[in-house]
Amino acid sequence: MKTSHSFDERFIFQGRAKTWSLVLIAIGVIGIAVGFLTGSGERTFANLLLMGYYFACVCTCGVFFCAVQYVAQAGWSASILRIPQAFAKVLPIAAVVLLVIIGLGLFFTHPGLNEEGKQTIIPYLYKQWALKGITTPGNENYNAVIAGKSGFLNIPFFLIRLVTYLGCYSLLGWLLVKYSNNEDELGGMLNYNKSFKVSVIFLVIFGFTVPLFAFDTIMSLEAHWFSTMFGWYNFAALWVSGMAVITLTLILLKQGGYIQWVTEDHLHNMGQLLFGFSIFWTYLWFAQFLLTWYANLPEEAAYFYRRWEPEFKPWFWLNIIINFATPLLVLMSRDSKRMISVLKVACIILICGHWLDYWQMIMPGTVGPQSGFFSPGDSKTSFLFGIGPIEIAVFLGFAGLFMFAMLNALSKFKSLAPKRHPLLEESLHHHL
Amino acid sequence: MSSTKYILGLFDDPDEMMHGIDELQKNSIPIYDVYTPMPIHGIEKKLGIKDSRLGWAAFMFGCLGGTTIFSMATYMLALDWPMNIGGKPAFAVPDFIPITFEWTVLFTAFGMTATFFYATHLFPGRTPRVMDLRATDDRFVIAIDAKGNIPHDDITNVLKQAGAVEVKHNDRKYVSYE
Repeated sequence: MKTSHSFDERFIFQGRAKTWSLVLIAIGVIGIAVGFLTGSGERTFANLLLMGYYFACVCTCGVFFCAVQYVAQAGWSASILRIPQAFAKVLPIAAVVLLVIIGLGLFFTHPGLNEEGKQTIIPYLYKQWALKGITTPGNENYNAVIAGKSGFLNIPFFLIRLVTYLGCYSLLGWLLVKYSNNEDELGGMLNYNKSFKVSVIFLVIFGFTVPLFAFDTIMSLEAHWFSTMFGWYNFAALWVSGMAVITLTLILLKQGGYIQWVTEDHLHNMGQLLFGFSIFWTYLWFAQFLLTWYANLPEEAAYFYRRWEPEFKPWFWLNIIINFATPLLVLMSRDSKRMISVLKVACIILICGHWLDYWQMIMPGTVGPQSGFFSPGDSKTSFLFGIGPIEIAVFLGFAGLFMFAMLNALSKFKSLAPKRHPLLEESLHHHL
Repeated sequence: MSSTKYILGLFDDPDEMMHGIDELQKNSIPIYDVYTPMPIHGIEKKLGIKDSRLGWAAFMFGCLGGTTIFSMATYMLALDWPMNIGGKPAFAVPDFIPITFEWTVLFTAFGMTATFFYATHLFPGRTPRVMDLRATDDRFVIAIDAKGNIPHDDITNVLKQAGAVEVKHNDRKYVSYE
């Protein structure tokens, strides 16, 4: 077995990868333009929020992955750390994109219906609580429940919180990348120990703020409803989808002739994590569902009631089937985790599955079943109109943006493995 | 005719034992089994041991457990004695999921343990069958079936040359039976 590799090889971002990412970005831009020009502004904004959030979550997952490896002092992953580090480098871009989408969605308005069904001016995003006059008694938009929550859920504090979360994640991710690059130059334990400290700080901050991040960005779309499970449910989705993207990136890079030191043993580990945390995701999904179903309190059940409208119900069940049954049945056996082609397909399915998961978290509370493409009249086939050209184009556009930014960040690294990482040898001889 | 049933090569170093396996395989001497005090990476592949089927047993026991309790819950709560619990339907699938999950795990764990005991003759109270007691202490033991593998002296020489600290010619397969 070859035990020494050339780590100084750099990733060169060109050719098909670059062309395709630019084509995908172009498709996304066209999709967004078509969405706004055909009068589906709200739906386009909902899709932008979905993909902006997904994009930010995947990049945050890169930081989280690195931090977990450092805190656990894991050796097996040392040689693959450059890939999540590239994700971490993209996080500031993803954060800005998400904040711009949310900012525009809050401040651009269009005529629409308020909670009472009266015609008024509503913002494109967060219409349930960012409406003008919603906290002013006597105003036609006044809503006592939302007014009661406005101490926390008001626009300035909301934006401050989002900037703080994303700023913290970006900064700590940037530090981890910086230390790893310094380590390549200097060697020794100094930078590893610094990374350990930063990782501990990150995990504490992340652990306390990631549920709030999900509450703010996604749960507040339906501000009357709340679930304490929602934060962890979103965290599980973040972790599974982020790891699916990391694994897919590893596989594609390996198939492209890079990172030949990554073996089926490393991929087996990634497959195990994907399998385990998909079950964890299902556990949280079900914990949230079962208690709501069993207690059947009107204010809680409203959430699932909306998702059981004919427009959403098939997707609602498909979500749990894809994200639970696929990893359970496909990734259970040892062999399938070690076969690169099977793992690749499983990753792609999980990436699409978690898109669907986010989609059914966001759409019923923003666009709802009543507007635009969503009501073709026949309730039996209406669900098919829930995912249309706008959804697909925006998804592809963000996939291209992520590909472009991430591969560009990866090509900036001087080596494709942290070559002086103290645990690198352990990773190169990793066997399962 | 010699009464030797098994030839044991005892090594005090795992690397030398791995070397011994190589030497035996080079001389086309079939290895009956290898006993080591600790797991050794890559040894299964070297000896050509097939993947364990314990996972399949676990999966089957899991399916059995899940099916058993789901059928039981359905029979008891939906067919035999339906009750109105909080206005929920008698056949309340979401309510059955937690117990189905628990029984799946329970059957998997118990079934896997039982299968493992059955396959390895490791029932509680039964003296384990051991070919050399020091294989659980500080010796790495390669066992070779002596029947048909002659001449025995050649095997002894190969083992000695590979670094075996001791070679035993045993008349009994196990040092301990009951």
